[in-house]
Amino acid sequence: MNGLGSWAARRLMLGGAQTVAVVVLVFALTEALPGDAAVALAGDQPDPARIAAIREALDLDRPAYERLADWATGLLHADFGTSLTSGRPVSSYISDAFGPTLLLAGLTVALLVPVGVGLGVLAARYEGRFVDRLVSSVTLGVYAVPEFAFGVLLVTVFALRLDWLPPTAVGYGTDLLGHPAALVLPVLVLLSRPVCSLSRLVRAGMVDALASPYVAQARRYGIPGARVRYAHALPNAMAPAAQQLARTVDWLLCGVIVVEALFVIPGLGTVLMNAVAERDVPVVQGLAVVFGVITVVLNLGADLVAHRFSPRAEVAA
Amino acid sequence: MQEYPGLRRRGFLAAASGVGALALVGCGGGSDNDSGAGAGGGNNGKPRRGGRLRAAFAGGGASETLDPHLANLFADVARAKALFDKLADYGDDLSAQPRLASGWEPNAGLDRWKVTLRKADFHNGKPVTAEDVLFSYRRIADPEKAFRAKASLEPIDLKASRAVDERTVEFVLKRPTAEFPNVLAAFGAYIVPDGTSDADFDKKPVGSGPFRFVSFAPGRSAVFRRNDAYWDGAPHLDEVEFVVANEESARVNALLGGQVEYAHELNPTTARAHEGKGQIEIVRLRNSAMQAFAMKTDRAPFDDKRVREAFFLIADRQELIDGALSGAGVVGNDLFGKGYEYYADGLPQREQDLDRARSLLKKAGAEKLKVTLDTSAVAAGFTEAAGIFRDQAAKAGVTVDVKMGSKDSYWADILDSGTLCCYRSGAMPIESHISQRLLTDSTTNATKWHHKDFDALYQQAQSTKDEKDRAAVFGRMQRRLYAEGGFLVWGFADWIIGTGRTVKGVERKAPANTLDWARFDKVWLA
Repeated sequence: MNGLGSWAARRLMLGGAQTVAVVVLVFALTEALPGDAAVALAGDQPDPARIAAIREALDLDRPAYERLADWATGLLHADFGTSLTSGRPVSSYISDAFGPTLLLAGLTVALLVPVGVGLGVLAARYEGRFVDRLVSSVTLGVYAVPEFAFGVLLVTVFALRLDWLPPTAVGYGTDLLGHPAALVLPVLVLLSRPVCSLSRLVRAGMVDALASPYVAQARRYGIPGARVRYAHALPNAMAPAAQQLARTVDWLLCGVIVVEALFVIPGLGTVLMNAVAERDVPVVQGLAVVFGVITVVLNLGADLVAHRFSPRAEVAA
Repeated sequence: MQEYPGLRRRGFLAAASGVGALALVGCGGGSDNDSGAGAGGGNNGKPRRGGRLRAAFAGGGASETLDPHLANLFADVARAKALFDKLADYGDDLSAQPRLASGWEPNAGLDRWKVTLRKADFHNGKPVTAEDVLFSYRRIADPEKAFRAKASLEPIDLKASRAVDERTVEFVLKRPTAEFPNVLAAFGAYIVPDGTSDADFDKKPVGSGPFRFVSFAPGRSAVFRRNDAYWDGAPHLDEVEFVVANEESARVNALLGGQVEYAHELNPTTARAHEGKGQIEIVRLRNSAMQAFAMKTDRAPFDDKRVREAFFLIADRQELIDGALSGAGVVGNDLFGKGYEYYADGLPQREQDLDRARSLLKKAGAEKLKVTLDTSAVAAGFTEAAGIFRDQAAKAGVTVDVKMGSKDSYWADILDSGTLCCYRSGAMPIESHISQRLLTDSTTNATKWHHKDFDALYQQAQSTKDEKDRAAVFGRMQRRLYAEGGFLVWGFADWIIGTGRTVKGVERKAPANTLDWARFDKVWLA
């Protein structure tokens, strides 16, 4: 177990370095964008004197490395800095917006695993037969639809035509749990594509595993079919699926941005979109740290799961 | 604490990414008749008291504040308008109408104005006094900050201005300014109580407006309640809630689904899909956004006025409106401010005339002319307009090379560089348009229109007390711009608003940026 511990520690350190690299890269790229916060803020009133005044007020006239160093020092004290545009602390932006995004992502993952795995197992069990073909073609079809289009479609049908669900979460703010009906469509949109990729992956893994010699051996011992499927074959199929799941979460964050915009949910995606458009660098940096840490932790978790389910397959890391 | 001047990205006029695309004509056929005559029976009936109206706007996300002097987005202005008042505001023709000021009187030299205040109270019960006015204006003009109205207040010498008594302010100006009431109506020139600190605005803003503060969550929702003591009569609504939805589709869906009763800034295609279907009401505000190409008059090829005239003649305006504004909008006549006070509406409508354009180009020695047209996705319709104009120019033998620029720095980029670009502007008085964009020392002179005699005409207009004489001077200036100016104004887009069927009293003639636009104290729910 000690080996696993040091392996995890190495992974964590690597993850920390990756996070730092992401932050520096984000900073550099934001600097390289044409215009700065002052220009973006001035909008269609680009009075040069006003731009200069804003630039000075925002400390943008200081060299980039000084600003980066200041910010990094603050970060060591858990201080994310203040927004350029509102002067409010970045940490309040993140903490306010974290709830809705976490709720969306959490619900999605909670449903994603049973639905994705279930569909994959189902398809693998009936490999080549009608159920398999149905699941495979539907998942392929849904996967091909971009979230935005899928969201618009769902809203039109279920909210505007049938009037079953509210079309947006406008006005509910962060109190989404108080209006669970407003969560149904966003979560469906978020689920749509990951469910497809996950179930296809599980199906493929299961099909391979069920055809493997050790399953055939288990069958020869007379172990019941369900036990073979779930206790012997599924863990092997799960290893790649777990890693895919972690990767899905990065991708989920992108999906969240679309879904938040479409359904007016004030989460991290909305904050990110606004901050990028406003060149609000401290907020973008703060979010980069948060996203970086989330990604690192999730990938670590996924590798641990893969390690546990299928130790021999673990070669990467 | 508000450490920075929180001016936000999308400038007030740029606020709406949908703006450029908004427009009308055609479809409505005479729908700009009186309020109430629109589809579905409109605003007739007796106002009913009560209810909460929810209004959806595009907003600025988590960095929004309720500081009215930072108002930069449409959502900010709508909120500021509900909580605060200005001394004056723009009427439907963009002339200044008295609000907190009950009247104004200049001296003979037009450089001292006595402004009397009406009897009005702030939400905390204190009367609005001359000191509050001076405090507010000094805050806006603070040299350390960059509040949007600062440039508009520039003509006032605030050090010399004083409170004559409780309800009289004497403004001392740096130079004669006949159109001084426009300054009082300037965007963001709201009156706040003396001594208000930056932190007060987010927690408990106190104004003299028709609604009182209840709650505010930046980027999400703001709830205000009726101010029964409002000087202009208490609003009909009990409460108004402003919610933020940046996606147009989200605003439409929320309106269709009954989650809001008012949705600001819709696309023409959305409007067409729902107009007259009875589900929601579509309100189109004409002459809200000027659409133009800006030619830099100080450099080749546009330093030759024959080339500029040729370009005026190349544009097929209706085609631009049909293509870039989805068929909705009214044609422009190369002048800003159609329908506004002092607009020179007697000039003949410019039409496409390719033969004459070709011969003018030939005379100017500019055959086989090649120009780069800068555009960007900064406003809807910009890239479409550029493409259409490229094709129109090709027919006159001019090669237009369309260049896409960055969305976020577009307005700063086109200020000094390039020769030809897409341009648009929201509503403002013609005088403000001239002073901000067409004088030698104007800060945003995108056409590089530098003419001492034109500047002199502007000064003359500002020192002319008689309104008729002043109108004549503005007329002269506009004739000059029509003949050889740098703005090829091809159209005016309309602002499109959607309302629920129960919403009554929404003004249908007020261009965006005027007093009656996004105004909720005269609205009621039937």
